[in-house]
Amino acid sequence: MSKLLEVKDLHVGYGAIKAIKGIDLYVNKGEVVTILGANGAGKTTTLRTISGLLKSTKGNILFDGQEITKVPAHDIVRLGMSHSPEGRKVFGTLSVEENLLMGAYTLKTHDIKTLEWIYEILPRLKEREQQLAGTLSGGEQQMLAIGRAIMSKPKLLILDEPSLGLAPVLVKSIFKAIKEISSTGVTVLLVEQNAKAALKLADRGYVLELGKITHEGTSKELLNSTVIQEAYLGKKK
Amino acid sequence: MDIFLQQIVNGLTVGSLYALVALGYTMVYGVMKLINFAHGDLVALSAFAGLTIYTSMFADGGTSMVAVITVFMFTAAIIAVVGVLLERLAYRPLRTAPRLSAVVSALGAGLVIQNAIMLIWGPNMKIFPSDLFPSTVYDINGVVVTFTQLMILLFSSVLMIALYLFINKTKMGTAIRAVAIDQDAAKLMGINVNRIIMIIFIIGSALGAVAGLFIGIYYRGITFDMGWMYGLSAFVAAIIGGIGNIPGAMFGGLMLGLFNALISGYISSAWAETFTFMLLIVVLIFRPTGILGEKVAEKV
Ligand SMILES: Nc1ncnc2c1ncn2[C@@H]1O[C@H](COP(=O)(O)OP(=O)(O)OP(=O)(O)O)[C@@H](O)[C@H]1O
Ligand SMILES: [Mg+2]
Repeated sequence: MSKLLEVKDLHVGYGAIKAIKGIDLYVNKGEVVTILGANGAGKTTTLRTISGLLKSTKGNILFDGQEITKVPAHDIVRLGMSHSPEGRKVFGTLSVEENLLMGAYTLKTHDIKTLEWIYEILPRLKEREQQLAGTLSGGEQQMLAIGRAIMSKPKLLILDEPSLGLAPVLVKSIFKAIKEISSTGVTVLLVEQNAKAALKLADRGYVLELGKITHEGTSKELLNSTVIQEAYLGKKK
Repeated sequence: MDIFLQQIVNGLTVGSLYALVALGYTMVYGVMKLINFAHGDLVALSAFAGLTIYTSMFADGGTSMVAVITVFMFTAAIIAVVGVLLERLAYRPLRTAPRLSAVVSALGAGLVIQNAIMLIWGPNMKIFPSDLFPSTVYDINGVVVTFTQLMILLFSSVLMIALYLFINKTKMGTAIRAVAIDQDAAKLMGINVNRIIMIIFIIGSALGAVAGLFIGIYYRGITFDMGWMYGLSAFVAAIIGGIGNIPGAMFGGLMLGLFNALISGYISSAWAETFTFMLLIVVLIFRPTGILGEKVAEKV
């Protein structure tokens, strides 16, 4: 299998604070890979560095065989990477439709088929097409954030805590949508607090602790590891 | 009644000019959260540059619509370039610096432009020729409208409608609104934020240039420090309308123009400025974010 994304010895800091202290990870084409970790472990920092919003102090990022470590964020999107950020970050005073069209900003004309497909897997968006995104419920905003991210027809979809703050029913439909997206051949890199659901969906996973990767393996291995069970799956000894 | 209607016409004329200038402040603020204090001086620069272009290109005094349009296009293009340079040199290096640094830089850039005008064109008032536009005067039931006023009203309405449609109906306009909301999220859409900021400066400066030329043609006397006066009024208009809000700047400009004209007509023009600031205070007491100011509705 060929690697779509490869991160080598990545270091990232905020001024004097070292948030990421040398991590290595990769994502194969077609895979769903999850990064697990407690609050403040550095998950968001890692994702923001991959998509070019933050600059690393050391290390390399390769995407689709190309070095992207110093490429600006807006150009990385054009290479086929799409990042749905933590906290959704939908454009509140733009309509749902305009948000989706912004997702397709890099395409000459947006793809009607993609738009229809998004409305199919996230039907609530269709009903609210003309509504301002800021007036959507949290769950609807999350659906919009995901829909917006796939409008550019990415090779790699990066999702930062898509289930954050959502009711269990909604979490289910969000994960169902991610599965649907992945089944069309889109590679997914998923950060989640909901470790169980994430590992059920993912092929492989990494565990990040204080800026370092402490565990990695297939989802099955991680689900069966007692360390992981205790720390992230809430099981007692 | 006549004086009322007359002041409405005068007020709308001046108000359109305020609105054109206010758009420059509000667009830059909307995207960068920065008050471009040098904007008023760009307006002044455009009046001087336009006058020089006019006298050197059409020295024989032969005026035609072609000549006037040429002067407007050249001047707008020059001022747009200066606006882009201003952003590159005075604001971009400070993009991540504390807000106050950018404010100081804006004030400094304004002084630089103002002094440059003084060095190039001298400290004395320059006078626009009176024959740029025909001196036709229309008398409609006792209300006098000059050809120049008509042109100001016509051109600024066309520009404002075009801007409104551009911002609200095109992909680029939507991207500008997206950048104004969240720059990082916009980058993740593939939007080149630096390019959007450049476009904002081009549009804002070009609109300011049109206003500067009209100010010269309408009032005729221009001075190197006039940017301060017109800039301040337009800035107040932008705040009254709700800074960052494009229809707000248009509305605020027209409202301030009308308000000033009515005060001048019924009380005294000496009081116009005092009342302007009273209006500002009253608006801000009741609507701190301006009349059409952002009602931010975002769930976290
Ligand atoms: N803008 C910032 N300035 C300074 N420090 C920051 C900044 N953003 C994050 N950090 C620090 O970097 C570390 C990693 O933060 P990050 O947001 O990447 O964690 P996370 O794993 O995504 O956490 P969460 O699960 O809470 O989202 C934390 O210690 C955090 O305090
Ligand atoms: Mg995070």
